[in-house]
Amino acid sequence: MALPAEVRIEQVAREDLVMFVNACFSCTGQREFYGDARGQSVSIEFLHQYILGNYRRLYRRTLAAGINHFNQAQIILNLLAAGSPVDPAERAEEGALIAAALRRLPTQRAFRVLESLRSRHVNNRRSRAIVREYLAGRANLAFDAVKYRSKLRAAVVHGHVKLEGEFGPFLFKGWKKRVFTQPLFESFRRAHFAQEALYELPYTVAEGLAQKHGVPRDVFLQRIEPRLTQAERLRLQESAAREGGVEPAVDLSRAPLTKLALYVLSLKAEARASRREELHTALEGSAARVLARASSSLGKVAAVLDRSYSTSGSLQKRRRPLAVALATHYLLSSAAREYRAFWTGGPVEDVLTVSARGQTDLATPLLDALEWGAELVVIVSDGYDNDPPGAVAELTRVFRERLDRSRRTALVHVNPVFDAEEYAPRSFGGAVATVGVRDAEDVPTVLGFARFAEGTASLAELERYLSGRVDSWLKPQVHEGADEVEA
Amino acid sequence: MSDTRLIRRLEAHGLRFAPAQAWNRMRLVPVLRDEVRDDLRFARREYSEWAAVVSLEGELEGRGLKYVSYVPHGMVVTWGQRQSDAVYGTRLNVRDGKKVMAGPAPVRLLHRMVHREDKNQLRMLPLHLAMEGFLAQHFGGPEVAWSEYSRDALTSGLNPRMESSVPGWLSSVLDGALRTFEVHEKQVGLLLFNADELLSAFVVSHPDDYRVLHRTLLEDFYGELLLQYGYLQEVVELWTPMDAKRVSSLGDLRAEVTRMREDWGAFHGFMAGGLFGVEVSSQKVYEAGPYLLQRFHTSLVPSEENHLGEAIVGKDGTLQYLKTYRLSAAQTRRAYLLQQLAQSQWNLDAVAEHMGSTRQELVTRIQNAGFGYLLKAHVLEEARRLATRGR
Repeated sequence: MALPAEVRIEQVAREDLVMFVNACFSCTGQREFYGDARGQSVSIEFLHQYILGNYRRLYRRTLAAGINHFNQAQIILNLLAAGSPVDPAERAEEGALIAAALRRLPTQRAFRVLESLRSRHVNNRRSRAIVREYLAGRANLAFDAVKYRSKLRAAVVHGHVKLEGEFGPFLFKGWKKRVFTQPLFESFRRAHFAQEALYELPYTVAEGLAQKHGVPRDVFLQRIEPRLTQAERLRLQESAAREGGVEPAVDLSRAPLTKLALYVLSLKAEARASRREELHTALEGSAARVLARASSSLGKVAAVLDRSYSTSGSLQKRRRPLAVALATHYLLSSAAREYRAFWTGGPVEDVLTVSARGQTDLATPLLDALEWGAELVVIVSDGYDNDPPGAVAELTRVFRERLDRSRRTALVHVNPVFDAEEYAPRSFGGAVATVGVRDAEDVPTVLGFARFAEGTASLAELERYLSGRVDSWLKPQVHEGADEVEA
Repeated sequence: MSDTRLIRRLEAHGLRFAPAQAWNRMRLVPVLRDEVRDDLRFARREYSEWAAVVSLEGELEGRGLKYVSYVPHGMVVTWGQRQSDAVYGTRLNVRDGKKVMAGPAPVRLLHRMVHREDKNQLRMLPLHLAMEGFLAQHFGGPEVAWSEYSRDALTSGLNPRMESSVPGWLSSVLDGALRTFEVHEKQVGLLLFNADELLSAFVVSHPDDYRVLHRTLLEDFYGELLLQYGYLQEVVELWTPMDAKRVSSLGDLRAEVTRMREDWGAFHGFMAGGLFGVEVSSQKVYEAGPYLLQRFHTSLVPSEENHLGEAIVGKDGTLQYLKTYRLSAAQTRRAYLLQQLAQSQWNLDAVAEHMGSTRQELVTRIQNAGFGYLLKAHVLEEARRLATRGR
């Protein structure tokens, strides 16, 4: 029999960790619809420091929990800054986790971490080793050197890394050196003097140089097209059309689910209607690919999806909450045996035409979903319901109390928005488990995590869950670079 | 016979209040309309000048009464039997007034508060219309040459009469509240509460127009109450609990949610009780086809909450347009004093008797209200002397 004090300590630890992991799924330190960026970053930084100081082992294991890249980068940085643990086993695990997490991060984020080591004055032996190992593991370091030249230089100088061959002259002399034998370096050098060489460089590097040479935007976009990565293509659709250029062709069948949903929502209504079939197929295919990686088969599932005005997000996260709702719709519809979507503001005939508009009346669709008799109800919303306010919290409380005491119906609230003041995604009270997400791709993961958010599982279970994820994560990776954003 | 469209008591017929959305210390209550008619439409016209001079009498640049204020936008009202969307918006950009430079400052000269631009179209300056009516009240000063009044008061009355107000953009909280507000599909208006004091009400006749005009609320002007209560960080999030005992099926649960929503409407109606349901004095301004444009004010009794406003009422007595301004306590006191003076032909002794106070107290009150310049110096001096001796 545990002492009451111990029980309480365990409970606090569990609540802290659930809050932290939840925050790590949704918060990116960026502006949200209701909260500003400053509050967001202060809030998440505090959480990181607090968890690192109190639960270091669980803090590093969170890296494997499927949290978003922003928070993975934060954890890596904080761990490196804190120095390595004394215990050899702990040290080994932490080192392996950091190295694996860094390797899996999108390249630009990983290089940003390396650069941040310098600005945060972190220069211990372990971080130098991590930098060395990361650079040694890169498949095409010459490409990275061109694309992330200043960041790589910072990492090399700060970490005392010796690079062979022409890397030294390239990083430190750049285009001022006479001539390179490495073809990409040579293109980079020539592009500073001749327009023609521009089009052999990565897009982001060429963009700045094109400005310098005064190349018209539409000409530049047209000629650089073959060099664009998938993500760049998707991102450039809108601005290319605006600049009068030709939109670069995108291979929709390869785009990740949430990015694809964001792209669809950025299209005009007519474009969405005319390309309906194509977009629909792409979204379905993308959802299927997510499920192939993290399979989860569900029973009778209802989704309550928010499309109120607040899902338009902020300038930094434009339409993201709505995109997550749309992507979740596709994900659940292919994962569930039986599925139905209930949108706020009345039924939606064609999900591809949704837009962020109107007030948030979540109670009505939620009631519809319960009446339909779903086993699992997934609510995707930012947690603000205002018509009437507090209706979902009250409704679910009374529902649990009077109509569903045996918890036959599972209720999960998936929230893509982090509330800085509560240090957590905003919740609908105690009757619904709230979990944060950044991408809809995380939904299968967070559904597994939801039982911790609900508060029924114990700390030991949470620890077992995290260590299980660490084990599967640190196993030799089959899909090397599967998470890579760039082609 | 008086016009039935003239408002005696402000009623929210045909309008519904939806649950409020709170942001910081603002609480915004959406006003919904179920029966929408589209023969009265409102559009916004922007003025980029630093100030506007509106000639109330006489020619645009001639002599006569003027109203000077910062006017960021005007409103174009169109009406007609077959006011389809095709016609709507086509004739909005006619030449309006004249732009001149006053030193470095561009100033727009406008002709009248309400200016007819076409057969079925007029341009008005929202809120300024109500404010101008308020300022014009008892503007002329005493009609009988009582011996206490200064020469200025007898020759030019209260000229120039001025009041100050607070532009909406001065309050970042209002900006945030309007930005994050989620407009309903059937919404035609908004009640604005600051720290749960009704600040302003705005209603138009068509939901599409409201959507366009929503952000103009930030450019409007408000009573000093908008800046008061600055230390009050947040209004409490109100929500009504559900009675679990009454629920035994999902149908009951649905009924409970409906009840919750209706309770909110009733509650907001109650909160706005200082405006809706009280008696108002209104004055006809313009007849626009079947619609009557009017301005009104509430009782002006200092102990009550007082509003100025303008409204358009249809033939059937429905409120098609409403915009109000909450008077600050000082403004109410001034208005009340002027009202009392005018009612007793500016006779100080009669007014004092009517108000149940002494002549000295009344003089002090007049001076404190900022109207000291109306009275001769020796009258003020005497009141001051008596007041100190009395203590």
